[in-house]
Amino acid sequence: MTALLEIEKLEVTFGRTAAVRGASLAVAPGETHCLVGESGCGKSVTALSVMNLLVRNARRRAERLAFQGEDLLKLSDSGMARLRGNAMAMIFQEPMTSLNPAYTVGSQMTEVLRRHKRASQRAATDRAADLLARVGITAPGMRLGQFPHQLSGGLRQRVMIAMALMCDPQLLIADEPTTALDVTVQAQILRLLAGLQRDLGLGLLLITHDLGIVARVATRVSVMYAGEVVESAPTAELFANPRHPYTQGLLRCVPVPGKIRRDQPLGAIPGTVPRVGPDFEGCAFRERCDFADETCKHAIPRHHASTAHDFLCRLPA
Amino acid sequence: MIAIEVRNARKTFKAGKRTVVAVDDVSLSVPEGGVMGIVGESGCGKSTLARLVLGLLPADSGDIAIDGQRLADLDRKARARLIQPVFQDPFASLNPLARVRDIVAMPLVAQGRFGKADITKTVQEMLARVGLGKEMGGRLPSELSGGQRQRVAIARALVLRPRIVVCDEPTSALDVSVQAQILNLLAELRRDLGLTYLFISHNLAVVEHVASEVAVMYLGRLVEREPTETLFAAPEHPYTKALLASVLTPEPGLGVPDVGLGDTLPDPANIPPGCRFHPRCPIAEPRCATTTPPLKPRPNGGVECLLA
Amino acid sequence: MRRGWRNAGTWAGAIIVGIAAFCAVFAPLLVPHDPFAQDLGKRLLVPFWMPGTDPNHLLGTDQLGRDYLARLIYGCRISMMIGVSVSLVSGVIGITLGVLGGFMGGRVDDVVLFAITTRLSLPVVLVALAVVGLLGSSMTLLMITLGLLLWERFAVVARSTTMQVRNLDFVAAAWCAGCSRFRILAGEVLPNIASHLVVVATLEIALAILLEAALSFLGLGVPPPLPSWGLMIAEAKDYMFFSPWVIVIPGVCLFVLVLGINLLGDGLRDMLGARSDT
Ligand SMILES: Nc1ncnc2c1ncn2[C@@H]1O[C@H](COP(=O)(O)OP(=O)(O)OP(=O)(O)O)[C@@H](O)[C@H]1O
Ligand SMILES: Nc1ncnc2c1ncn2[C@@H]1O[C@H](COP(=O)(O)OP(=O)(O)OP(=O)(O)O)[C@@H](O)[C@H]1O
Ligand code: SF4
Ligand SMILES: [Mg+2]
Ligand SMILES: [Mg+2]
Repeated sequence: MTALLEIEKLEVTFGRTAAVRGASLAVAPGETHCLVGESGCGKSVTALSVMNLLVRNARRRAERLAFQGEDLLKLSDSGMARLRGNAMAMIFQEPMTSLNPAYTVGSQMTEVLRRHKRASQRAATDRAADLLARVGITAPGMRLGQFPHQLSGGLRQRVMIAMALMCDPQLLIADEPTTALDVTVQAQILRLLAGLQRDLGLGLLLITHDLGIVARVATRVSVMYAGEVVESAPTAELFANPRHPYTQGLLRCVPVPGKIRRDQPLGAIPGTVPRVGPDFEGCAFRERCDFADETCKHAIPRHHASTAHDFLCRLPA
Repeated sequence: MIAIEVRNARKTFKAGKRTVVAVDDVSLSVPEGGVMGIVGESGCGKSTLARLVLGLLPADSGDIAIDGQRLADLDRKARARLIQPVFQDPFASLNPLARVRDIVAMPLVAQGRFGKADITKTVQEMLARVGLGKEMGGRLPSELSGGQRQRVAIARALVLRPRIVVCDEPTSALDVSVQAQILNLLAELRRDLGLTYLFISHNLAVVEHVASEVAVMYLGRLVEREPTETLFAAPEHPYTKALLASVLTPEPGLGVPDVGLGDTLPDPANIPPGCRFHPRCPIAEPRCATTTPPLKPRPNGGVECLLA
Repeated sequence: MRRGWRNAGTWAGAIIVGIAAFCAVFAPLLVPHDPFAQDLGKRLLVPFWMPGTDPNHLLGTDQLGRDYLARLIYGCRISMMIGVSVSLVSGVIGITLGVLGGFMGGRVDDVVLFAITTRLSLPVVLVALAVVGLLGSSMTLLMITLGLLLWERFAVVARSTTMQVRNLDFVAAAWCAGCSRFRILAGEVLPNIASHLVVVATLEIALAILLEAALSFLGLGVPPPLPSWGLMIAEAKDYMFFSPWVIVIPGVCLFVLVLGINLLGDGLRDMLGARSDT
C-alpha cells in the first residue's frame, strides 16, 4: 500500500537554529504513527511544516513531502488551503489558541464544512451535532451554542477532535492532544481517537512525549531527538528491542507501575538536549551517551535492525 | 513523631455568587520521614491543601500542626525553618528578575541573622548539592532550562534545612528524562537530610515511585488513604480504581483501558449530595445518591465508599 | 518588516526625547540670547529660511523682539520640567495606592477603588482651571495640581499588575521563605511591575505637557513672561496671519515632542512586554 503521508529528509531552520534536521517518516492509511521526543526536539515543527503553517521566518526544505502522492512542496497556497482542514486535518497542541473565543462552537464547526464542501447550514449543523455525540459529548445541541471558554479542557479537546473530523479527513495530525488533561480524561480521549481511527480508517500522526501513550495506541513509532528521527520501528519491536541509546535511556526513565522499587533511583539521562545549528555534524546525543566515542563526531550511518526497524547510531545493527 | 497533622480542614472560595468548596473536612497525618502522596484530578483541591499546610492560606475551620506545633502559633521565620515548598511551574516559581544566587539566598536573608559570608558559602554548597555548577549562581532564571530551574527551586527550599517539604507537582512540567533526574534528586535529598514530603502529583506512577503512603482526593475530600503498596495492589474506592485503570504503562499491545467515568466533569461549586462521586461512579447504587458515605477505617488508612 | 518600522519609531522617539532632555538640562548653555531680553526694534524678525533674516536670530524674534530660538529652548525646559515632575508626583501617589490595593486586597483595595472612581469622575481641565483661577497661576502650583490629578492611570495599572504578580508562585515562595511584607513588595512585586509603570510614566509625561500647554494657552498655566510653548502660541495668535511662523514653530515642537514621547512609550511597552512573556 502506498503511504498517505511521506516525509523525506525534512529540514526546517529558524535563522541559526535547526529545528528539524533531515527527518523522514511515512504514515500509511489506517495506521497510527507516533512521534515521540522531548520538548523542543521538533515534533510540532514537523507537523506544522506538513500543514505549511510555519511562521514566516522559518525555512522549509525536503527531498519529498507528499500527501496521497501529491507533492506538497509544489502545491500553491490555495491548493494547500483546499487540503488543510479537509483531506488532512490537525489538532493543535493548545486548544485555546486554535478555537476562536469570539464564536460559538457550532459556528466554528459548521464554517469548516461550508467552506470546503459547500454544505448547507442545516446539513452542517446536523453533522456537527452528530460528531459531537460521536466524540462522547452528552448534550451536543447545548454545546454547539456555547463559547470555547465555557467548556472544560476535556470537552474543548473533544470539540477540537470533532471539528477536525468534519470533512472526513484521510489524515489526522494530533499534536499532544492530551498533554493538558487529567489521566482519566486522557484515557477517554485516546480511546475515542483510537476508536475513530479504527472505524474511519484514517491515518493518524500522533505527537506526544508520553511513552505510555505510544505503547498503547501506536502501530509504529518514530523517536525524535534534536530534530532527527533517531529510531523508527513497529511499536512492539521498539519497546522490546530499543537500539538507539537515547531510546533505551528514555525507556529507563519512565517509572512503570507495578515494577517500581522505591529505594532505587530511576534510570535517568544526564544532561539536557543541546541546541544545534544547521551545520551541526555527528550525533547530537553524544554528550549524554554512554557509548559515545570519536566516530560519533562525524556523520552517522542509519542501521537497519530489521526491515521495518532502523536507527541512527554508530553502534552496529 | 508526626510531621504534618491536618484535622478537619476546610477551605472555601467565593467566586462571584458561587462558593467553591476546595478542601472539605480533610484530615491527614504524615509521620516524620514519610512521604505522603496526594493524587486526584485537576481542580480537586490538591494545591489548596498544600497552601493550607504551608500557611499560605488560612483555613476556614480545622487545625493544622507542623512538627507538633500549631501553624497559627508559629511566626513566619520559625515556619520557614520548618516547612518549605517546591511548586509545579518552574517558570512562575522563580522571580524572573533575580539572579539564581539571590533566589537561593532569600530564605537565609529573610531570617536576618546570617552574615554575608555565611550566606554566600551556604548558597554555594546548596547549589552544588542540587547539581548546579558555580557559574549558575550569576544567571537569571530565563537562562536556565526547566530542569535547572526546578533544581534552583529545590535549593531554595532546602537552604534553611527545613524538616518538611511540600512538593506541588514538582515534575509535571518537565520532560521524562528531566523528571527522572529531579525525582532521583528529591529521593536522595530526603534520605540524606531526613526530610518529610507532602508530594502532590497527578501521575500515579510517579507517586508510586516516591510515596510511602497515598491519599486520593476527589472534589475536595480524601476518599481513600492507604500505604502505597496496599493502595496500588488493592484499591477499594471506585475512583481510585478508575485512576489506576487510566495509567498508561509503557506496555505495548494492551490498548487504552475503558475508565467508565463519563464526560461530565464535577463542578466544585455544586457538590452532589450523598456520595459526591456517584454521578460518575460506574458501580453506584440508588442509596449512593442520598447517603453520605462514612469513613470506613482500614488497618493503615481508610476509604469513603458505601460499597467498599 | 513591521518590527523594523516599530524599531524605527522607537529610535525616532528616543532621539526626540533625548534632544528635548538635553535642551532642558543645558538650556542656559545652549541659548544664544537671553530669552527674556526684549528688543522692540527687532520685533517679529523672520526665521532663517525666509528672505531678510537676521543671522543673530536663527528662528527670528517674537512680537516683543525676544529671540525665538532661546524662548523655544527654555519652553522645552519648562515642558520637560512640568512633564517629569507631574509624572513623579502622580507616580508616587498612584503607585502607592495601586500597589497597596492590589497587594493587600479586601478593605484597603475597596478604599483604593473608591479613590480611583472618585478621581475619574473629576474633570481634570475644569478642576485645574478652578484651582489656578482661585489661587493664581504659578509653575509650582501647576505641577502640584496636575500631579494630584493625573495619578489614576498609575493606580489602575499598578493595581492590576500587582494583583497578577501577587498570585505567582515566586511570591508564594517568598512568603514561605519567611520574607516580610515589605521585602516581598519591594523585592519581588515592584521590580516585576516596574516595566509597566515606565510605560505609564511616558504617557503621563506627554499628557502633562499637553495639559500645561492648553492651560497656558488659556492664560491659566505658566505665567508670563516664562516662555512656555502653550503661552508662546497664545501670545502669537494675534500675529499668525502676517507672521505664521510664530505660531507654527512652537506648535510643531509641541507636536513632535509629544509624538516622540508616545513613540518611545510604545517601543518600551513592546520591548518590556516581550521580555516579560518569555
Ligand atoms: N517560531 C519559532 N521561531 C524560532 N524557533 C522556533 C520557532 N518554533 C519552534 N522553534 C524551535 O524549534 C525547535 C523545535 O520546536 P517544536 O515546537 O517543534 O518542539 P516540540 O518537539 O513540539 O516540543 P514540545 O514538546 O515542547 O511541544 C525548538 O528548539 C524551538 O525553540
Ligand atoms: N484563589 C482562588 N479563588 C477562587 N477559587 C479558587 C482559588 N484557588 C483555587 N480555587 C478553586 O478551588 C478548587 C481547587 O483548586 P486547586 O488549585 O486546589 O486544585 P488542584 O487539585 O491543585 O488542581 P490542579 O491539578 O489543576 O493543580 C478549584 O475548583 C479552583 O477553581
Ligand atoms: S551515535 Fe554515538 S553518541 Fe549517538 S547514540 Fe550512538 S553511540 Fe551514542
Ligand atoms: Mg510541540
Ligand atoms: Mg494544583
